[in-house]
Amino acid sequence: MSSTDISLNKDVHHAHDEHDHHHDQNFFEKYIFSQDHKVIAKQFLFAGIFWGFIGGFLSIIFRLQLGWPEATFTFLEPIMGNWIVNGKIDPEFYLALVTMHGTIMVFFVLTAGLSGTFSNFLIPLQIGARDMASGFMNMLSFWVFFLASVIMFWSLFIETGPAGGGWTVYPPLSALPQAISGSGLGMTLWLISMALFIVSQLLGGVNYITTVINLRTRGMSMTKLPLTIWSFFLTAILGLLSFPVLLSAALLLIFDRSFGTSFFLSDIYIAGEALSNTGGSAILFQHLFWFLGHPEVYIVILPTFGIVSEVIATNARKPIFGYRAMIGSMLGIAVLSFVVWAHHMFVTGMNPFLGSVFMFLTLIIAVPSAVKVFNWIATLWRGNIRFTTAMMFAVAFVSLFISGGLTGIILGNSALDIQLHDTYFVIAHFHLVMGAAAFFGMFCGIYHWFPKMFGRMMDEKLGAVHFWLTFLSAYLVFMPMHYIGIAGFPRRYYSWTGFDAFNTFTDLNSFISIAAILGFSAQLIFLFNFVYSIFKGRRATANPWHSNTLEWTTPVNPGHGNWPGEIPAVYRWPYDYSKPGAPEDYIPQNVPFSQTQSSNLPYERDLE
Amino acid sequence: MITLAIGLSIVLLLVILFLLFRIGTLASIFRGSTQRAAGTTKTSNKVNSILMLLFLIVGGAAFAWSFADAWDDMNQPIASVHGAWTDSLFWTTMIVIGIVFVITQILLFWYSYKYQHKDEKRAYYYPHNNKLEIVWTMIPAVVMALLVFAGWKTWTNITSAAPADSVVIEVMGKQFSWLVRYPGPDGKLGEANVHLIDATNEIGVDFSDPNSMDDFMPREIHVPKGKPVHLKIRSRDVIHSVFLPHFRVKMDAVPGMPTKFWFVPTKTTAEVRTETGNPDFNFELACTEICGRGHFAMRFILVVDEPEEYEEWLASQTPFIEQNPQLLTKFTQDSKDQVVLEKSTEEVKTEL
Repeated sequence: MSSTDISLNKDVHHAHDEHDHHHDQNFFEKYIFSQDHKVIAKQFLFAGIFWGFIGGFLSIIFRLQLGWPEATFTFLEPIMGNWIVNGKIDPEFYLALVTMHGTIMVFFVLTAGLSGTFSNFLIPLQIGARDMASGFMNMLSFWVFFLASVIMFWSLFIETGPAGGGWTVYPPLSALPQAISGSGLGMTLWLISMALFIVSQLLGGVNYITTVINLRTRGMSMTKLPLTIWSFFLTAILGLLSFPVLLSAALLLIFDRSFGTSFFLSDIYIAGEALSNTGGSAILFQHLFWFLGHPEVYIVILPTFGIVSEVIATNARKPIFGYRAMIGSMLGIAVLSFVVWAHHMFVTGMNPFLGSVFMFLTLIIAVPSAVKVFNWIATLWRGNIRFTTAMMFAVAFVSLFISGGLTGIILGNSALDIQLHDTYFVIAHFHLVMGAAAFFGMFCGIYHWFPKMFGRMMDEKLGAVHFWLTFLSAYLVFMPMHYIGIAGFPRRYYSWTGFDAFNTFTDLNSFISIAAILGFSAQLIFLFNFVYSIFKGRRATANPWHSNTLEWTTPVNPGHGNWPGEIPAVYRWPYDYSKPGAPEDYIPQNVPFSQTQSSNLPYERDLE
Repeated sequence: MITLAIGLSIVLLLVILFLLFRIGTLASIFRGSTQRAAGTTKTSNKVNSILMLLFLIVGGAAFAWSFADAWDDMNQPIASVHGAWTDSLFWTTMIVIGIVFVITQILLFWYSYKYQHKDEKRAYYYPHNNKLEIVWTMIPAVVMALLVFAGWKTWTNITSAAPADSVVIEVMGKQFSWLVRYPGPDGKLGEANVHLIDATNEIGVDFSDPNSMDDFMPREIHVPKGKPVHLKIRSRDVIHSVFLPHFRVKMDAVPGMPTKFWFVPTKTTAEVRTETGNPDFNFELACTEICGRGHFAMRFILVVDEPEEYEEWLASQTPFIEQNPQLLTKFTQDSKDQVVLEKSTEEVKTEL
């Protein structure tokens, strides 16, 4: 059906070709400083994969320490240099490792790598636009991100080490170089890098929102948008509203660090002297940080909601169950995400009444989240499921999201959070629900849209091996962490052996580390599959998954402008899978009702 | 030589894996499975959907076994009144979410297995059902309301004002240890100020304040069983967090902002030693907010005594200033100056 459209527009298409040839781009314009959303998306993807491996590698090093606290790691000396003394990892370097692991994974991989890739790639293709509203801003967004990446990467190699006060960089620890060596130059670079990162996010976000609002093709009303676009749209709005608050927190922290102000500092005696700072509030920073930090969690997970919904519907060959309920629950989650930030701060000494309010608001989020899970499961029910690699990642995503999400009900309860706050229970919770789940959503997206990105298929068998190893190790790593957390093991501990209360579970910790190494190694299979398939993968057809959305109506390798002819118009929602009476089990969005009289529902007859 | 051998065998392994991969690819081309739509090939679909089911069964069994196996280690002894409340609320909530967990995971993997692709089959076109949506919105909403109510009641009780007869103890976090101060017989902690801190006077107690004369700073915390204990928590450098895992107590120590937490211990150290059969058992105080290099080593011992033992212990303590009388010399001079200074500021205030 899509092919008929293209052939109808053949003559228009010729004129266009000549037009394109006129602007022959050189290598730099085409691949480096490109303004084409597809190229920018791939740039974000490559950067995200690069950072993903760095972040994963850091976690393996600190898992070695946690798994075998008594061992010596002389073999790491060639890579780590002075951070390993006589085979022992330096405790401050350990803290720098967890800090950078968190920063890299949350911001550079799961925000930039995820939204940057899929919002850029899919928004114009799925709404039927030639490109983003501003290609230039889009290009700027990537290159500012690139600059932020370079600075963050550089900070890994400086003598005093990268930032080491945890990814939440709470002052005074992050404000005082006397407190930890990572708060010296490393923290300065962290702040500069994050400030640039926020600029990049805002440039991107403004673009996504504008494009979705203004550049939808004829017939593409908001209620005909694929759920992916809804999720990217809401993600961009969250980012636009919350990232500036982090920027303000970062700026105030820069002032405190470098210009002697006291926004966050008060009554401090450190390194043998009392500081003159007075009147500041360390808790203020936490409020500012989590006002971004909590929406940030949803900035990470919302895009994957969209990706997974799309992939599940396509491969179950069924319409997504409760399309409007899915949009409604995403809206609900997006709104609520702004009024729950203080649940990260129940035991900071904040007024207990505030704690009650935030507990109430936090637990409400469980409702829309539950609705989403039920809808995904209902979509699978009586489907005709094709287990592509993307589909397996999508099913596993739902599983991980349930496992991690449910414990949120416990942590959101302020009374229970007293014992569990900053223990491994929290680590287990958020790694499952926004770490592993978001990674699975990202893999799901990569496997699913790889043919559109590179014109070739990824190998499905290698994909399955990658999937099963990753899925298995995700659970093997994070499920046992709940036990350790219930026992009260605090996070960011270099070693627990100093405490009688925490000297159990040594075998379990070694087990977790082994599972983590297995999981990390499995990613090498993905890397091979990804790189190999770009060059040598099987050639893709225009619509390999038999999907309904508009991106599959473009040629196998869509050029600049996406559609060679006119942009297709949209007549129906994106989920007409297995419609009774239709010859095929899918009807793309650009097929008018007049061509599908056999399958039209009663109310659709008027639209013929 | 060994490194070379390891390197070579890794290379060899990679080559073999790559050849296997190529053979697999070529074989699938000969079988013609590449001609079919992705995800509809018979074997791979069957294998993956069976693995889904296996994952559910084997994974579920492994989870149940490991949970039971870890049970003893994950339940730290409870030794406070509110600890019993939060633990029971915790396990009640765990049962509620456990039920949801089991049902949703079973449905998810069972459906994945049951509705795997079949060539002759067609999926059921079922786009929405508003009644169902309302039902599964309302059920979690009601459950959440109940959990919020239970949590709110517990939280309000725990965070209520400390009883007037509480044993007051000041706990101050610093890099990387804890400082503890008791108010002494007068029941009042003397003033303290960050600018008075030095190598001896680590808390910065103002010894010109008469209330501080009987304050003492022991090397471990002692509290009586059955009486409320009121911790006044401070920090002198970065944020720390007071964590008493056996009492289910946690509260951040924030520089510039005193915090508090009160609880009632229900078991003495000796009682827990017999209960756990561990003669070396001790209640421990740990730090749970990242604070730097020694974050993992901020251990302090807390001892719960029978009330009589506690009184004995109290009586045996000598005030800090008696142990360090040289401090007073500094204060007699300083305090006069300060009194003058304070008076002048007060005057300024009244004038304003």
